[in-house]
Amino acid sequence: MTDIRYVSPHTLDEAVRAFAAGGSAARIMAGGTDLLVQMRSGAVRPGLIVDIKKISEMTAIEETGDGGFRVGAAVPGAVLAEHPRFGKVWPGVLEAVNLIGSTQVQGRASAGGNLCNGSPAGDSVPAMIAAGAIVTVQGPSGRREIPVEQMPAGPGRTNLRPGEILVSFALPPRPPGSSDAYLRMIPRTEMDIAVVGCGVSLTLKNGVCTAARVGLGAVAPTVLLVEAAAKALIGSKLDDAALNAAGAACSAACRPIDDKRGTIAYRTKVAGVLLKRTAAIAAKRAKEN
Amino acid sequence: MAKLHVSTTINGEPMEFLCEPNDTMLDALRGPLALTGSKEGCASGDCGACSIMLDDRLVCSCLMLAAEAEDHDIRTIEGMAQGERLHPLQQKFLEMAALQCGICTSGMLVASDALLKKNPHPSEEEVRFWLAGNLCRCTGYDKIVRAVLETASDMREMAQ
Repeated sequence: MTDIRYVSPHTLDEAVRAFAAGGSAARIMAGGTDLLVQMRSGAVRPGLIVDIKKISEMTAIEETGDGGFRVGAAVPGAVLAEHPRFGKVWPGVLEAVNLIGSTQVQGRASAGGNLCNGSPAGDSVPAMIAAGAIVTVQGPSGRREIPVEQMPAGPGRTNLRPGEILVSFALPPRPPGSSDAYLRMIPRTEMDIAVVGCGVSLTLKNGVCTAARVGLGAVAPTVLLVEAAAKALIGSKLDDAALNAAGAACSAACRPIDDKRGTIAYRTKVAGVLLKRTAAIAAKRAKEN
Repeated sequence: MAKLHVSTTINGEPMEFLCEPNDTMLDALRGPLALTGSKEGCASGDCGACSIMLDDRLVCSCLMLAAEAEDHDIRTIEGMAQGERLHPLQQKFLEMAALQCGICTSGMLVASDALLKKNPHPSEEEVRFWLAGNLCRCTGYDKIVRAVLETASDMREMAQ
């Protein structure tokens, strides 16, 4: 049996040192809802587990001076849901994070873990991409910031460099008339993995869409930022022609697999349908802001 | 590898135990702590039979390392009744036959208690949504959901 160690440092510097020293056998643990399942199945055999939940920056939700938010990588979904302001400003990000697993899983699972797990079907990722989140990572050679869409590298892989730890998500301030939404298609009503997931964030001014971002999940090896779909929305009044064009752009961006959850043809079609529905929800919310 | 020494609070009592670094909290509860009310159904966070409260938040003890319990407050099904006096949820589950084999029951009770503390007046949909991570393979969910709704109603009356 291989030795395994557990550490729970109180500072990020300590965590980075321990994680780097642990090499490729080290694993970061936030909520542990993916890691413990992977350990149990034998898919992962860590030599070192670095629990990051005692690091205050990792578990903090901060409304920044400019009206943005900084969400620690290890903040559980249930805690994010209880924040008095976050869900009002970023309802789409919140609904995406809250779709991860059951009530019990929400007590532990975090957007940081969801991103670093690298699943193409992670629910929070399309919404974070739509939101334009910037992630802060820290490693042996210091801190850097990366647009969230540049984090996924492929199924189960991220572009974190060796020894780097995801610290937080920074969400930008919202101009008036902005909101977001996330929808996922699953064959059941709850507790399933997305067949397609779609996040839309947009800003409306006098009924015209002045800014938009679209994130699309479970239709390619990584979650996608679909710039062509956003481009089709921007400048329009979100009329049928614009929504159809944006939907078509989403379908065109799909490079899905056939699996038990959905076929290539099904996923490709649903991506376009979801874009239209998600954009409509985001627009309705934006009009109330 | 030396075992880890963990000091924690379980059902209000200070407790200490030894564990391996990769033991789950469920392993510790059912092993050294001899609190076998929490069950292992799936060991992957799907079934909720191992539900416990960690610092007043509902979690699966199979998805938590035992070492994480250090300095935290754990509540299990064993802390639900006051001595011989059953919790209203426990009493109602018995009265309404909201269990058969019982494997899911402690998790259902812990999760339902967490719901009623957060939301004393849940709708049926809210109960079903909250308990979506608690699987039952014999009673079916109707009796369980009805027992939770009736308990909520009784507890609201008692509180008046």
